[in-house]
Amino acid sequence: MKSNRNKTAWFFLTGPLVLYLGWVIGPSLYTVYLSLTKYDGLSSPEFIGLKNFYRLFQDPVFITSLVNNIKWLLSFLVIPVVLGLVLALLLNNQIKGNKLFKAAIYSPMILSPIVIGLLWGWIYEPAGGLLNSTLSVIGLNYLTRGWLSDPEVVLYAIIAAAVWRHVGYVMILFLAGLKTIPLVVIEAARVDGASGWKKFWHIILPMLRPATVIVFVVTIIQSFRAFDMVNSMTEGGPFNSSNVLANLMYIEAFKNYRMGYGGSIAVILFLLMFAFIVFYLKQIMKNEVD
Amino acid sequence: MGELAIFSKKQIGNAILFVLLLSFVIVWLLPVGGAILTALRSMDDLIANGFWSKPEVLTFDNFRESWSTGMVGRYLFNSFIVTIPALIGTLFLSALSGFVLAHYRFKGNIFIYLTFVGGMLIPYQILMIPVFQLSNFLNIYNTYWGLVMIHMVFQMGFCTFFLRNFMRTIPVELAEAARIDGCSEFRIFWQIYLPLSKPALAAVGTLEFTWIFNDYLWALVLIRNDSLKPVTAGLASLRGQFISSWTILVAGSLLASIPTLLVFIFLQRYFIEGLTMGSGK
Repeated sequence: MKSNRNKTAWFFLTGPLVLYLGWVIGPSLYTVYLSLTKYDGLSSPEFIGLKNFYRLFQDPVFITSLVNNIKWLLSFLVIPVVLGLVLALLLNNQIKGNKLFKAAIYSPMILSPIVIGLLWGWIYEPAGGLLNSTLSVIGLNYLTRGWLSDPEVVLYAIIAAAVWRHVGYVMILFLAGLKTIPLVVIEAARVDGASGWKKFWHIILPMLRPATVIVFVVTIIQSFRAFDMVNSMTEGGPFNSSNVLANLMYIEAFKNYRMGYGGSIAVILFLLMFAFIVFYLKQIMKNEVD
Repeated sequence: MGELAIFSKKQIGNAILFVLLLSFVIVWLLPVGGAILTALRSMDDLIANGFWSKPEVLTFDNFRESWSTGMVGRYLFNSFIVTIPALIGTLFLSALSGFVLAHYRFKGNIFIYLTFVGGMLIPYQILMIPVFQLSNFLNIYNTYWGLVMIHMVFQMGFCTFFLRNFMRTIPVELAEAARIDGCSEFRIFWQIYLPLSKPALAAVGTLEFTWIFNDYLWALVLIRNDSLKPVTAGLASLRGQFISSWTILVAGSLLASIPTLLVFIFLQRYFIEGLTMGSGK
């Protein structure tokens, strides 16, 4: 009876598992293999060991992209997380218009990154765009520039657009975390001023730990996945100054037909995320045991 | 301190907070408000007078132009053709695997579960080349099917994770009782677990709709013909077509966002539930 039931279980799992092997597991492993080859997508892959990886670390474009990913990660760990937490704390009460404020703040999340890329592309447009127009109107003419053509600022211009999309997500996660804390505790911290800060630091923040962990994992994974906005706003330019690993991989594999080399970038990206994925899986295992 | 003092202090505090938040939200939504105003104006007017000038004329021409000449109408249609079957497919398959992983105890259960969870976190780049080749091999490259398959299968990771955790909260006794009455295993899934999981299906379905609908990367890799592109890749083509005609581009982006905006307005509760339930467990 019991073993019959197990057979049924495996029978039900067959379809989903075969598909998952075909489109997710298999491809991941195959990319690891491709990263050890020279491959143009047409002739068969030629095994070259770790050569692609040696070459990567001598490739200035790869280094720039890697550094940009790190800048992206650090900006994401600070700005959306702090802003999201502050907004969550401010909106975790019955203030007038509370629901509308929340909806407004997380509404950018439903827009596709491409739409955001286009809208912000327009904001950054040198001639007549919203940002330069605004700077001119308020007399800060000297700050106007081609935001997406200046290698000094382009990366941060794109990150700003991505932050705009991410803050709402962080806020929602913190709001969910705050719901588990009794309102009295929070109220007390807010009314008390100076000692309120201490209460926040010593009582509320530790109670928010589970939410914080999720926020960090989600934020880290999102920042390594950065692709859509970079690809659609600048394609990594000018002169790769806004390139990130995900976009570099796409360009190498699908524009330059260097699929082995592209594969090795994908593997690096995976390795960078690996520690966080394992950390997340461990958290999940812990929940299982509890 | 008297009660009155606290009350008024709180009231003043709330009033200040309200004003602060209101100003913040106005600035926050400026990109969207600015986009709407831009889409209603002419490009010449904007270039000549800047954004903060009084519009010379307000017109819907930009929307019309992007919808027909820019093919945004066609692109939106393509997005639905891809999103709906992928969504139904992934919900069905994930409900099934979620049910198995939640309900049956067998060797390998946790391993398979962790595989699904791990799979949802990997970078897409590690799948790109092989999935491109697989689609070519199966003759579904540059077809709707290529996109449907990758979305349906990749999203199983998150959906299975989500539905499995929800289904764990359904008491086993329900299934045991049904079994005594001679109910088949599939009917236990179909007539007990699936109906009871409706709230979870609504939450994860809403979330997945916007994710699949908003995908750009796979459309870029798996579709070549403009006439088959979903609206995200379509907007990138639009960008090439109307290079700096920002009024048309912005109008097109706004039109492209209507479906997810409607989802957001009407299914907001499920959307939020999906995000918090999915990551909180």
